[in-house]
Amino acid sequence: MKSLKDLEAIREKAKQMTGIREGKAQTKIIVGMGTCGIAAGARDTMKVILDELGKRNLTDVTVTQTGCLGLCEQEPIVEVEIPDQPRIIYGKVSAERARQIIANHIVNGNMIGEWVIGRK
Amino acid sequence: MPIYRSHVLVCGGTPCVLKGAKTLKDLLNKELNRYNLADEIRVVETGCLGPCDEGPVIVVYPEGTMYSRLQPSDIPRIVQSHLLKGRILQELVYQAPWSPPSAQEVPLEQEKYLGLQKRVVLRNCGRIDPDSIDEYIANDGYQALGKAVTTLRPDEVIEMVKEAKLLGRGGAGFPTGLKWSFTAKIDADQKYIICNADEGEPGTFKDRLIMEGDPHGIIEGMAIAGYAVGANQGIIYIRGEYALSIERMKRAIEQATAYGLLGERIFGSDFNFTIQVRSGAGAYVCGEETALIESLEGNRGEPRVKPPYPGVAGLWGKPTVVNNVETLANVPPIILNGPEWFRRIGTEKCPGTKVFTMLGDINNQGLIEVPMGITLREIVYGVGGGIPGGKGFKMAQTGGTSGGCLPAEFLDLPMDYDTLAKAGSALGSGAMLIIDDSHCVVDLLKSFMKFFVHESCGRCTPCREGTMRLYEIIQALAEGTATMADFRLLKELSATMQLTALCGLGQSAPNSLLTCMEYFADEFQAHLNGRCPTGTCKNITVKSDAV
Ligand SMILES: Cc1cc2nc3c(=O)[nH]c(=O)nc-3n(C[C@H](O)[C@H](O)[C@H](O)COP(=O)(O)O)c2cc1C
Ligand code: SF4
Repeated sequence: MKSLKDLEAIREKAKQMTGIREGKAQTKIIVGMGTCGIAAGARDTMKVILDELGKRNLTDVTVTQTGCLGLCEQEPIVEVEIPDQPRIIYGKVSAERARQIIANHIVNGNMIGEWVIGRK
Repeated sequence: MPIYRSHVLVCGGTPCVLKGAKTLKDLLNKELNRYNLADEIRVVETGCLGPCDEGPVIVVYPEGTMYSRLQPSDIPRIVQSHLLKGRILQELVYQAPWSPPSAQEVPLEQEKYLGLQKRVVLRNCGRIDPDSIDEYIANDGYQALGKAVTTLRPDEVIEMVKEAKLLGRGGAGFPTGLKWSFTAKIDADQKYIICNADEGEPGTFKDRLIMEGDPHGIIEGMAIAGYAVGANQGIIYIRGEYALSIERMKRAIEQATAYGLLGERIFGSDFNFTIQVRSGAGAYVCGEETALIESLEGNRGEPRVKPPYPGVAGLWGKPTVVNNVETLANVPPIILNGPEWFRRIGTEKCPGTKVFTMLGDINNQGLIEVPMGITLREIVYGVGGGIPGGKGFKMAQTGGTSGGCLPAEFLDLPMDYDTLAKAGSALGSGAMLIIDDSHCVVDLLKSFMKFFVHESCGRCTPCREGTMRLYEIIQALAEGTATMADFRLLKELSATMQLTALCGLGQSAPNSLLTCMEYFADEFQAHLNGRCPTGTCKNITVKSDAV
């Protein structure tokens, strides 16, 4: 390291790794992880979401889980929460759907209407 | 870059490690593997989180939930419930003594959990992996060093530290900027920066936890000090028993060297700086700066006659700045955020924070960092959560065994160097021993004095003889055989030691005794009469002439 610029570069990269502890992330993805969700494949959905976020370097998105929402036949259920927008709940989020939700909704801001099962 | 949806920070501070934190960490990794969660959840070992007697503690992010008093059997439950299904396990959540019992999460800024605390020195402690230089850099690490060597002249750095009014945190509270300016002025072929991490004061373990939790903060502070005074060699003198501190500091030095943050031409400037770790052999007196230097030179650890002060002629006769761990850890934030920022914390004469280790009869033992000037009451009943077992506050000994004892009428005293010195005590290194009203003053003093008998290096007569005689008289008091003449002798001896002992050990040995004699005079009188009010001194014999 020979300059402040070099330090800045390391800092930017390292910050992506520790950002989760700052609580500053704006966008949230919540995956239903009740027994029903897990049975319907929510674990795979989760893995795909993390994989997709990692590939796209989307480090300012928090991913958390929640319990059963009482809509077991719609599992795996994924909620997307973007500040100043209604919370969108997607149903039957397979691995493939999860990838598309990240690409369309999280990255481009276009909700995928046909999979939406609720808003809050 | 892999994305983890959750980070679990396991406290790797010595108190938690002793309570089995390592086992918990291994178990956690095993459970995560079992549920195929290892690539979603990152386990990080971190520095002390504070509530040491509630250990082992872990914090789960992004929620920031702190779990305490964990048993191995709790780990599978946390994994299954919180980490797999997102359900926080309420019954294991840490209850900060100052927040309402319904509190369930550590708010991310940790404000609620910290209560009255303010973290400057401990800013990274418990938030980052101390073995990762990248995590330190992520939290603005090494920015201050970069700023100093590329944009500031050495005298400007010293001016900033002076303006911040940073006082040394190793005990005496000497102004750091002033100390640096003495050494900077001298023209010498070699100068040294020594970080004093000997920490021999009983009940003090803050430097240990700072080193374990944020070793790079100390390295950065030392390098800035080196740049300011014109030194290119640094030495950290760490107490030999602090194996984990030594290991972490060594690793951090290697990482900083690999990044070119130590070594030659730092940030492309002309400034070179290297650091070595040396370990002490556990004599209390070796924390005294000149004894420390003697010990580094391979001699018996005995204090030197001052002057000359180390700043002028220290290690190998060269100008040497000796600073405490906590003092140096304050330097990077001062340089980065400016002296005005620092002066807004704490009191006017004594800005900034102080790290305390709280021990004794107090609900919340452990490591705290509070603004200077906070009152003893706020520390004991606010941050400390009060005294257990419904007992009353008898006194607080501040500044470790060398400090004085303050009774209840001082509860509203602001804690800073100035005020405490006036009350006959000292802020010292930051040990805070809280004592409830079931303890006997004479009995306590017996153990304090015994410590000094043991630790006196024997070089000068007032201390070598004085500590022994003080101990003997206190013992006589405990047995009911002391006379009024003995009692007067205690005062006389103490005064002689304060005036004539060669180093701070002998000079401050009588502090606890003198404050107790003043504030608990009745209890002394009772012992002279052959009675121990708390019933602690069992061997006390009632004198025939006493009523
Ligand atoms: C008996 C004795 C023990 C001491 N032990 C320590 C110690 O363990 N750590 C420390 O930083 N200072 C200790 N000091 C104070 C040092 O002599 C010195 O004042 C201090 O390291 C200066 O650092 P500061 O200006 O940053 O406070 C001790 C002093 C005496 C008299
Ligand atoms: S005061 Fe005590 S410890 Fe200090 S030099 Fe004298 S004998 Fe040694």
